[in-house]
Amino acid sequence: MTAAERSSRGSEVSGEPALFALRGVGVERGGRAVLHDVTLELPRARLTSIVGPSGAGKTSLLRLLDRLDDPCTGTIDFAGQPLVAHAVRALRRRVAFVFQTPALFAGSVADNLRVAAELGGLGAEVAELESVLRAVGIDPGDAERDAAQLSGGEQQRVGIGRALMTRPEVLLLDEPTSALDPEAAQRLLGTVQRLAAQRGLSVIMVTHRLSEARQYSEHCVMLEAGRLVEAGSTAAMFASATTARARAYLASSE
Amino acid sequence: MPAETQLLDVGWSGLALAAGLVLAAAGIARWQELGLEGRYLLGGLRAFVQLSLVGYALVYVFHAERWWLVLLVLGVMLAAAARAASGGRGSSAERARGVRMKRLWPVNASALTIGSGFTLFYVTQVVLRVSPWYEPRYLIPLFGMIVGNAMNGAALAAERLDAEMQRERRTVEAYLALGATPARASAELVRRALTASAIPSINGLMVVGLVQLPGMMTGQILAGASPTIAVRYQVVVAFMLAFATALTSVIVVLWRRRAFFTAAQQLVDETSGAGASAPRR
Repeated sequence: MTAAERSSRGSEVSGEPALFALRGVGVERGGRAVLHDVTLELPRARLTSIVGPSGAGKTSLLRLLDRLDDPCTGTIDFAGQPLVAHAVRALRRRVAFVFQTPALFAGSVADNLRVAAELGGLGAEVAELESVLRAVGIDPGDAERDAAQLSGGEQQRVGIGRALMTRPEVLLLDEPTSALDPEAAQRLLGTVQRLAAQRGLSVIMVTHRLSEARQYSEHCVMLEAGRLVEAGSTAAMFASATTARARAYLASSE
Repeated sequence: MPAETQLLDVGWSGLALAAGLVLAAAGIARWQELGLEGRYLLGGLRAFVQLSLVGYALVYVFHAERWWLVLLVLGVMLAAAARAASGGRGSSAERARGVRMKRLWPVNASALTIGSGFTLFYVTQVVLRVSPWYEPRYLIPLFGMIVGNAMNGAALAAERLDAEMQRERRTVEAYLALGATPARASAELVRRALTASAIPSINGLMVVGLVQLPGMMTGQILAGASPTIAVRYQVVVAFMLAFATALTSVIVVLWRRRAFFTAAQQLVDETSGAGASAPRR
């Protein structure tokens, strides 16, 4: 069974339509193929992880889902419809992207959230702000703190909070824990898990730490050098990956 | 109207005596071992030759009194300014960043045409009511000032926009990812770019007449015009330059901003050039 078959079989079995369906997707940058002929389905799982060594194309893949980039070849469907059929800005409110380094806006934590709410066309009443802050694990009393003075972990939380202000269905996280020490990483992912459950979100997370993928995600996609290596339920993959390359990579997990 | 006194002529002997000043400057350079004597002499020679040619051309154009000839001269000045704004600054900065953006020339030329053209029209037809409307004695010098200033201001603004878009790339993408339009995502950067050209322009208004007598006023006073009239002209010129710079800058910056985004409201990939990873829709 190929990786693609295994991946689509996974969602057929669960009976739910796939959240994202990629077919033959390729991305080229500077003459180099960053992603090559990727066909896979991402289910509506609570948390899906995208793993692989450096340069595997994980972030490039994630960016396609929010149309921050478009593929050179292939098609992507979101919720059953071609991605390009959705209006771009409406798509970006339903599918929220959180960058590896949050690029927070000038001003306080609350300012960041308010801007996001305004962009989403939603009001930003105090109650909503506080609810989001609590959901991402920031004390509402810190709402007026200057965002630039927060720690790395706190800034990541604000970045996620900003994304939540548009009330998305899907949260895309690009290596949210890469700049954090292991304890802070665990705390952040625990928070992500909780808020995904509370708000009915599907989270797709790129991570280079296999331990995180194993611990937190139900579904896992493995890339290497721009190609799909394996995709399926995390438990099944870690227990018995089908390809030798996958097994070797998984065996190297911390 | 006060009687205009005859402007003192500079004959060939006068020019020769003035040339002595450039020779003296070269002498100073030689004495201080700057190694620049050659460039002083070349500069002096070029200044003389270029200005002489311009002078002959202007004499011809003034005597011909043909409207299309005047517009032709204005067109040449505009083209030269647009080229200077697009060639020198644009290509070397772009090459350094490795970005292939759309050619700058059409943007700059169009912005200059609109900005400078309208300003010239307003000043010569509405303020001064020049007659005939194409009177070269007014149109050509005024247009020269307008285009020169507008070009500098617009170049400053465009350069600043490029630098900010480069530096704040992540922030712009963060806005886009939250569902902002390209305009909203780059709004702050546009503001910074326009401020970069507006501040010098405003400072020009603030200090005119304080530091030194402006060139045009000097010329008019030398020619025998009453200082009162010369001053009024200078006021008109100062206002006109402020406006031309503002209008040209805003056109260039708003136009240029579009080149940074794709039709799908993404940031253009800087490594692969315009429309990197997808065909433009």
